[in-house]
Amino acid sequence: MPLGDLVQYVVTGLLVGGVYALMSIGLALIFGVMKVVNFAQGDFMMLGMYLTYFLAVGYGVDPLLGALLTIPPFFVLGLLVHRTLLVRVTGGGNPQRLMDAQLILTLGLSLIITNATTMILTPMPRGIQTAYATQAFAVGPILMNQARSYAFLMALVLAGLVYVFLTRTDVGKALRAAADEPEAAGYQGIDVRAMHGLAFGVGIALVAAAGGLLATYHPIEPTVAVNFIVLMFVAVVLGGLGSIPGAFAGGLVIGLVQSLTLLVLPFQLQNAGVFIAFLLVLYLRPQGLFGQRLRAV
Amino acid sequence: MAAVPASRLRGLAPIGLVVLLGLVLTFALGERYHHRVLTLVFVWATMGLSWNIISGYAGQTSFGHQAFFGVGAYVTVLLIVGFRLTPWLGLMVGTVAAVVAAALIGFPTFRLAGIYFALATLAYPLILRIFMDFLGYQEVAIPMVRDRPALYMQFTDPRAYDLLALAALAGTLLLSHWIETSRLGYALRALKENEQAAEASGVDTFRAKMIALMLSAAPAAVIGAIYAHAILYVVTPDAVFGVLVIVQTLVVCLVGGVGTKWGPVLGAAIMVPMSETLDATIGDRLPGIQGVVYGAALVLVMLFAPEGIYWRLRALLPARRAAPAGAAAATEGPIAADLAGRAPVVRGATLMDVRGVSKAFLGLHALEEVSFTVRAGEILGVIGPNGAGKTTLFNVLNGFLSPDQGEVRYRDARITGLRPSAICRSGVGRTFQVVRSFPQMTVLENVMVGAFVHETTPHRARQRALAALASVGLEARADVVPSGLTTPDLRLMELARCLATAPDLILLDEPLAGLARDGVETVMALVRRVRDGGVTVVIIEHTMYAVVQLVDRLVVLDHGRRVAEGLPGEVVRDPAVIEAYLGKRWLRHVEGLRT
Repeated sequence: MPLGDLVQYVVTGLLVGGVYALMSIGLALIFGVMKVVNFAQGDFMMLGMYLTYFLAVGYGVDPLLGALLTIPPFFVLGLLVHRTLLVRVTGGGNPQRLMDAQLILTLGLSLIITNATTMILTPMPRGIQTAYATQAFAVGPILMNQARSYAFLMALVLAGLVYVFLTRTDVGKALRAAADEPEAAGYQGIDVRAMHGLAFGVGIALVAAAGGLLATYHPIEPTVAVNFIVLMFVAVVLGGLGSIPGAFAGGLVIGLVQSLTLLVLPFQLQNAGVFIAFLLVLYLRPQGLFGQRLRAV
Repeated sequence: MAAVPASRLRGLAPIGLVVLLGLVLTFALGERYHHRVLTLVFVWATMGLSWNIISGYAGQTSFGHQAFFGVGAYVTVLLIVGFRLTPWLGLMVGTVAAVVAAALIGFPTFRLAGIYFALATLAYPLILRIFMDFLGYQEVAIPMVRDRPALYMQFTDPRAYDLLALAALAGTLLLSHWIETSRLGYALRALKENEQAAEASGVDTFRAKMIALMLSAAPAAVIGAIYAHAILYVVTPDAVFGVLVIVQTLVVCLVGGVGTKWGPVLGAAIMVPMSETLDATIGDRLPGIQGVVYGAALVLVMLFAPEGIYWRLRALLPARRAAPAGAAAATEGPIAADLAGRAPVVRGATLMDVRGVSKAFLGLHALEEVSFTVRAGEILGVIGPNGAGKTTLFNVLNGFLSPDQGEVRYRDARITGLRPSAICRSGVGRTFQVVRSFPQMTVLENVMVGAFVHETTPHRARQRALAALASVGLEARADVVPSGLTTPDLRLMELARCLATAPDLILLDEPLAGLARDGVETVMALVRRVRDGGVTVVIIEHTMYAVVQLVDRLVVLDHGRRVAEGLPGEVVRDPAVIEAYLGKRWLRHVEGLRT
């Protein structure tokens, strides 16, 4: 195979992987801080896609801007979901039972969102028409779809902002303290419950923004969540459960694996490659490819 | 046989009632649609029971159980399409395939714990689904066989499908009942509550989980095949491997209650007719209504009744009358050792030999070339300052940790590298610094888990456990749960659980910690009685006065090294020991003793 083809597959994989990376850090943040695996994460992404879509068709907002505009409302939505539902299954008790309760609660939430969206908006797939979705930048022989390139860049910027927020601001540091040592953080006067709410709000806002970016080139339908939530789980496990840079790298790896799988396996088996890589990592290196065990940042 | 089945037979009557009720409904209902709902109730109750075996009894939450459901359906139907094999046989092939799949899945996956296990289980049905698509099995229709419909499980009378699914339900109820009342059931409950304590009490937790997964795969495959014939007619990856399959399963289990055979039955009887009715009445206008109802059921159950209806109702019933207190405890005289078929070891001969054991954690040397011997019939004390490596040593001795170097020999055989349960079964018991109980099991059941090391039937295990409880003076508390015990009684319970495994060497990790003076006296007297009965004891203890009174010999650890071994009187005068542990004040105390 010519080298050019390989480079093309790698570039395509990385461009897709950038958006996976952004959606995955939302999940990783929630897990890192709250130790909650949020099954409904994909559904918030789907809702972010729809909000971006309605902003585009209703008000002519460019989806790249629309993706940013999803952040404030979804942050508030995340706070509300945390305050009304999740606080009731976090806290004391047998950790295994608590974990099961959280998984099942968020699974139920996911079902409600997917199916309620189907009822209200119909299962019909929709798409946003943009000039750049069908055009490509040519770098030598390598083609880069413009929509994916813009989405990739914005994902990178947003992920960078999250990183700066977590490492450079007082609130971000408090968040990490609450993640690593909730008890000690509590003694230091950090309101751990508020930090959980903040993490959930930011995590939901990030995945909604990632959905908005995805909407520039991916069809929008109520059942889109299922395919992506599993990819997010894989990315987060690859990166070491709860690690933010790990999840970002995990997202990129998944984009690459998906893309490179096409070189050796037929199209239908594209995701089989991802899941098999996932199982291999779980068996061989459950702490993730990059991560230490259970660290937030 | 005579004594065993009494409790088991009692449990069969309600199963008979459920089956009878199923039969009545089968023959009383008229409309075809009602039969469909009834079949679905049986199907999801069976599938729920199957999930309940691995995720309820064994506590290993699986989000991929539909893998076995789908394997049963696909194998059976593909055998009809390809070879005209009757589904009655195909179903058995499908079941075998699902059990093999369970073995293949369980082997790597049970190395993972908690959240990692749950996430890994997600992947299996997804992979199967992708491969079914890839192999071109997106839609496999069951071919109509008009000449011999019964041979091909094709009935015009809907009652036939009711009966078929009811038979599967009855079989799965019996299987669940057998598990609940068997040694396996106790093992599963124990490992669900506290895996390390179960392993240390002789439960091979890996084996128990594997058996549970394989047992749970079988009914899932059977009911998957029946579902394909009774409801689907056309098998698709989404219909058998899809998210809704596991969601329906989770819903019936969680609504009804997990960890009991009645939970899934109750849950299915409530949720299936409800969602089918909704689907039939407004499903046309609102196509997602079933999903919303199931989602809402999961959320509401988790928020308001996370234990499920069955356990809620049971908590309302008046508590069972506590068993009358047994005869006054025999709190004197030796507790006779039970050799359980092992050859006796001459008193004073080497029973356990620890040779050059080293263990490091990330460069920190917790143990460095520790060697000493344990002699049959003695009480050997292990002392040393905090962080000296005492508990690490015990974890190496009973198999929780494998040493980086060195080996542990017991009765002249190497035990290093064996599972803790195997070491326990060979005769080395242990207790923990912080008591590890099985909190949802009664004191008697806690001790029975240990007793099953040498017993196969619950009846015999109960006898053995009662004897162990009597020997520590705790049989009056047999029917309470551990949270109702005082700290000294918890220690006694753990010791009884250990004694019930019929050990000839027990490792006691700070059994006096947190006890008041009278508790200390009780436990110390007990340790002596155990030793006098012929069981060798290794004891970690901090309280110097207790150690010196109790032990025959001492081993002193400091910074992972053995700094002394010998008679207590010599060891406490050893300058190295005084330097490391006892301190100058002790030295003055010893000087005072001399003069």
